[in-house]
Amino acid sequence: MHIVKRDQMAWYKSWLIRAAAIVAALIVCALVTVLLTHKDPIKVYATMFSGAFGTPRRIWNLLQNIAMLLCVSLAVTPAFKMKFWNIGAEGQVLVGGLATAACMILFGGKIPNALLILVLVVASILAGAIWAVIPALFKAKWNTNETLFTLMMNYVGIQLVSYFSMYWEAQKGSGQIGIINQSTRAGWLPRIGEYEYLLNILIVAVITVLMYIYLKYSKHGYEISVVGESQNTARYIGVNVKKVIIRTMILSGAVCGIAGFLLVSGTNHTINTTTADGRGFTAIMVSWLAKFNPLFMVLTSFLLVFLQKGANEIATVFGLNKSFSDILTGIILFFIIGCEFFINYRIVFRHSHKEVK
Amino acid sequence: MFTSATVITLIQRAIMQGIPILYGSTGEILTEKSGHLNLGIPGIMYVGGISGVIGSFLYENSLPSRDAINPFLAVMIPLICSIVGSLLMGLIYCFLTVTLRANQNVTGLALTTFGVGFGNFFGASLVKLTNSEVPSVTLTNTSRFFRASLPFADKLGWFGQIFLSYGFMTYLAIAIAFIAAYFLKKTRRGLYLRSVGENPATADAAGINVNRYKYTATCVGSVIAGLGGLFYVMDYATGVWSNEGFGDRGWLAIALVIFAIWKPNFAVPGSIVFGGLYIVYLFINGLPMRTAELFKMLPYVVTIIVLIFTSVRKKRENLPPASLGISYFREER
Repeated sequence: MHIVKRDQMAWYKSWLIRAAAIVAALIVCALVTVLLTHKDPIKVYATMFSGAFGTPRRIWNLLQNIAMLLCVSLAVTPAFKMKFWNIGAEGQVLVGGLATAACMILFGGKIPNALLILVLVVASILAGAIWAVIPALFKAKWNTNETLFTLMMNYVGIQLVSYFSMYWEAQKGSGQIGIINQSTRAGWLPRIGEYEYLLNILIVAVITVLMYIYLKYSKHGYEISVVGESQNTARYIGVNVKKVIIRTMILSGAVCGIAGFLLVSGTNHTINTTTADGRGFTAIMVSWLAKFNPLFMVLTSFLLVFLQKGANEIATVFGLNKSFSDILTGIILFFIIGCEFFINYRIVFRHSHKEVK
Repeated sequence: MFTSATVITLIQRAIMQGIPILYGSTGEILTEKSGHLNLGIPGIMYVGGISGVIGSFLYENSLPSRDAINPFLAVMIPLICSIVGSLLMGLIYCFLTVTLRANQNVTGLALTTFGVGFGNFFGASLVKLTNSEVPSVTLTNTSRFFRASLPFADKLGWFGQIFLSYGFMTYLAIAIAFIAAYFLKKTRRGLYLRSVGENPATADAAGINVNRYKYTATCVGSVIAGLGGLFYVMDYATGVWSNEGFGDRGWLAIALVIFAIWKPNFAVPGSIVFGGLYIVYLFINGLPMRTAELFKMLPYVVTIIVLIFTSVRKKRENLPPASLGISYFREER
């Protein structure tokens, strides 16, 4: 037996393999569900659908969650494309959200609302970008391992949010900021008509298209791909690798900052350590599963959010613990991750050649 | 401000905090030396903990009475369950990243999602089985064997308190760390393992079975890390499993790998320093609660500083393994 790298697979074949992997994963998940809960798997999957799409409210919730996950995934993508493993999105989103919350608290009611929202956007972008550019500077200058650096920055960010949650706590001893500017709604992202999250979703849709164009058609996007493929080649054709690393991470952090802004100003109107809710990590999988293509990311983030929402519903309906969804998500991810092998490589069985006499 | 009694308590608590991290970090060092960055360690430690809990829960409930417990079985059953659980997790990771050459960061994060979910799910299920009012599983009957310290430890004053007052798994952790250090530094197999992590193509050309080394290192690493989860439940938490109780210790273990510059023997004092940094806020009088949150940042900030220092100094032996995070494919040079 012998393994050979494939040249390029027809797109429909590769998607066929991925679909097969998902089907296989669903079968395994069904088996696990039956073993653990003794429930009819068909019913369980039906519950998943109703959990995700059952009511208009749920659909809006689903769309909102997809939009937020997509936004973080878009943020990490340019960095991944140049093989800079930014696993610090969680922290970048949180500090972006923290900057938003801080400005909402400090300036709420003191300046006109339109101006305040502008300030929020700028502050969140700055905060996210600063959080991301610190590891990038060290990577560019001393080749400091960015995976580990960004990972550590997450926890610094989380503790920072924890500190300020207590600093601005609503009731003494609660350690929670609570809903900011509940009466005045200062700094709240306006809602369009009666659709609560529509503006969030539209903003993320615009970012998706912009990111697609940026990566695919701009000079910057080209430079990112070259640096990702080979830093030596990039240097040879005259790309300033350090500049590209720093510039791309500023962009990555800035978009994370926007995600934080949308979560705080457009969704929760408060901040705590779970505001990012692991999206910084899930986004890595979303982006990687979509092969760093912003348009495919719509699909992959849908898949992951659907799994989470659906499995949560299973948990509630059948009286299981909420963590059941993590087990199912884990299994499905293992299958999708594993199936990439069959897209990139093929297995050749060597037959024993008969000697020609 | 510090009396000798508080210093002794601080050291004791720092060691208790440090040991689970030490297990995780020794395991992760072995794994990283084979060139694999296993971000699934937090999940593996969860699974190691809950597997032991399940094993000992079933054993305790099969007993006719509380006193019928057999000390040997009470220790071995959770130990073996924990080893099997974390070994399976290690195999999933290896199969995906070594055999199927999947991206290590993505696989590791998926493994953490799975492992933490697994731990919390079974934790909650056990709680349901016991019909208890508090959301935790209590296994104090088993735990006392894990926590048993030498009988004469109390009689030796401060020496006994600082060095001899712990359960056997504390010493096991330190022993494993030193054995791992010896293995990596002094044995031929250790040298081979390091060469696989530095440059798998060269190792392959020299006739070393790269995949076998990667598999063994990662699986043994996972088992060691899983023991950290078991230690946490059975010793530190006195046999009480509560969901999310383990917290972010798995990530701290990964941080400690850097702090110890990829050397298990440095991880031993490192883990105690980390444990100390993690809880030092408890020992500062009159510290406002919110400032304590800033103190909890310390282990991570210190890790970042070490990471920067080692990369600036670029001393060959203090850097991460050169092929860390890159899957190896023989035909791709």
